[in-house]
Amino acid sequence: MSHLPILPILLPLFAGALLLMLPSLERVKRSISVISTIALVPLALLLMQQAGDGQLRVYALGSWQPPFGIILLLDRLAALMLLATSVLASCAVLYAVRGDDRVGMRFHALFQFQLLGINGAFLTGDLFNLFVFFEILLIASYALLMHGNGAQRVRAGMHYVILNLAGSALFLIAVGTLYGITGTLNMVDMARQVAAADPSQAPVLAAAGLVLLLVFGLKAALLPLYFWLPRAYAAASSPVAALFAIMTKVGIYSILRVYSLIFGPEAGELANLAQPWIWPLALVTVILGALGALAATSLQGLLAYLVVVSAGTLLAAIALGTPEAQGAALFYLLHSTWVAGALFLLADLVARQRGDKAGLLVQGPALQNPHVLGAAFFYGAIAVAGLPPLSGFFAKLMLLQAAPPGAGALPLWSVLLIGGFIALVALSRAGSTLFWRTGHQALGSAELDGGRLFATLLLLSGSLLLVVFGQPLLDYAQATAAQLNDLNLYRGILGETGA
Amino acid sequence: MEALFAITLGLLTASGTYLLLRGRTFAVVLGLTLLSYAVNLFLFAMGRLAGEAAVLGRDVQYADPVPQALVLTAIVIGFAMTAFVVVLALRGVSELGSDHVDGRREEDSAP
Repeated sequence: MSHLPILPILLPLFAGALLLMLPSLERVKRSISVISTIALVPLALLLMQQAGDGQLRVYALGSWQPPFGIILLLDRLAALMLLATSVLASCAVLYAVRGDDRVGMRFHALFQFQLLGINGAFLTGDLFNLFVFFEILLIASYALLMHGNGAQRVRAGMHYVILNLAGSALFLIAVGTLYGITGTLNMVDMARQVAAADPSQAPVLAAAGLVLLLVFGLKAALLPLYFWLPRAYAAASSPVAALFAIMTKVGIYSILRVYSLIFGPEAGELANLAQPWIWPLALVTVILGALGALAATSLQGLLAYLVVVSAGTLLAAIALGTPEAQGAALFYLLHSTWVAGALFLLADLVARQRGDKAGLLVQGPALQNPHVLGAAFFYGAIAVAGLPPLSGFFAKLMLLQAAPPGAGALPLWSVLLIGGFIALVALSRAGSTLFWRTGHQALGSAELDGGRLFATLLLLSGSLLLVVFGQPLLDYAQATAAQLNDLNLYRGILGETGA
Repeated sequence: MEALFAITLGLLTASGTYLLLRGRTFAVVLGLTLLSYAVNLFLFAMGRLAGEAAVLGRDVQYADPVPQALVLTAIVIGFAMTAFVVVLALRGVSELGSDHVDGRREEDSAP
C-alpha cells in the first residue's frame, strides 16, 4: 500500500504542530509554512498523475479494511481538488509572509490546520470523517477569520461561527440517520445500502439526504444560505479571504460526491434526490449574487458576491447531471477558485494605496502604481466575468454547450449570460471608480511590495495557464466526470477486499 | 423507552432551536449546547435502543460500538466549538460593547 495519499493530510498536520511548538522565530516559522505549503503542489501533481490511470486508490488507515475501517479514497476528483487547493494556498501564504501574518498570533499554524482540514475533506471516503475534517477546517477558519482583530471581523465572524455550528449539528443528525438505517459510514458501502434499501425506509433516507444538502448548501453558499458569506469574506484579511475561495468549493465538492455516489442515478427510488432542489436554487443564486455585486459598496464585498455567483454557476452545472456539464464545471471550479483568490489579493494591494478609503468604492487618492494594478485588475476582471481570451470564457462556453437543448438550456443560458453581464457592469464600475475617479495626490506612505505583487500575479497567471494547458486539463476534467458516473468502479473497492 | 427518548430529544431540540434564535449571545451559546446534547443522544439512538445493533446484525449481547465512537468524537468537537464561541462572545462584548449577535448597541435593540 502506497502511503502517498495520506501525505497531503500529514504534511500540514506536522508542519502545523511544529509551528505551534517552535519559539517565535519569525523567519523559521515563515520558511516552514511556505515550504510545507508549496510542497503540496508537486504532491498534488503526483497524485493527479497516479489517479490519471482511472484506478481508485484506497488507503485503509491502520489496515482496517472497508466497509468497517476508515478509508481515504484517492480518485481523479480528489486529486484535482488537491491541486486547486495547493496552488491557491501557496500563493496566499507567499502573500501572507510579506507582513499579514504579523498582525495576529499563530497565523501559520492555523493556516496549516486549515489546509489539513481541506485536504482531508477531499480525500476521505467516509461520511463521518468528512464531518470531522469539516470541523477541522471550520475551526481553523473561525480563528483565521478573526486574525488581526477588529470589530468588523468579530461582528461578521459571530454569524459565521453560529451558523456553521448549527450546520454541524444538522450534519451529525443526517449522518446519524443514514448510519442508523444503512449501518455503515463508508460512502461507497452506503451507496450500495441506499440503492438496496427497503421502500418503506426511503422517506427517512430522503430526509437525511436533504438535511445533508442543507449543510453542504450552507458551506457552498447556495441561495437561502449564502447571506453570511459576503460580510465574512469582506471582513477577513486578504490572504485568508483568498484561501477562503476554496471553502465554498469544499461544499460543492461534497455535493458532487454525495449526490453522484450515494444518491446518484443508481440509487433506486432515491435517484437524483437533490437535483430538483439544486437546479432552481443555483440559478437564483447566480442572479442574486450578481445583483449583490452590483450593489456592493466595497471592492472586497463585490468580490465576495462574485464568489457567490461562481458557486451558483457550479451548482447549476452539477444539477444538469450530464458528464459533459460536470467536466466543464470542474474546469470552471479550478478557474474560479484561482481567479477569485487572486482578486482578493489584488483588492488588498489596491486598498493599501488608498489610505483610509481602503476598498470602499468612492473617490480616493490617486494610486501610486495605477498602471500595474490597473492592468492586473483589468485582466482579473476579464477572467472572472468570463470574457475571451481567458479561462473564464472557455469554462463558461463549455458549460453553455453542455446544457442539453430544450428545457435545461434556456434558463441556464439566460441566467449565466445575464449574470456574467451584470458582473461585468459591477466590475467596470468598480474599476473606473478605483483607477480613474481619483484625486491628483497619491499617499506618500503607501509602497507597492514586490513580494505581494509577485504572489498576486502568480495566482492570476493561473487563468492563463488554464488556457495554455487547457486541453490536457479539460481531458482530465472530462475523465473525472466520467469516472464519477461509473459507480461500478467505486463499488469495486468493497469487492476487492472481500467485504 | 423509545417514546421517552423521542420526547427528550424533541424537547432538547426545540429548546435549543428557540434559544438559537434569540438575540443575545449567551442564549445562543446555551441553545447550541442544548442542540449538541440532542445530537449526541440522537447518535446513540441510531445504534438502536433495543434489539438489533445497526452494525453487528442479530447479536443482541453487544452494543454497537460505532455510535459510541461517533458520539465521543462529536462531544470532543462540540466541546471545543462551544469553548470557541464563548470566547468569541466575550470578545464581541469587549470589542462591540454589546452582547447582541448583530453587534448592535443596547439602545438599538428592542427587548
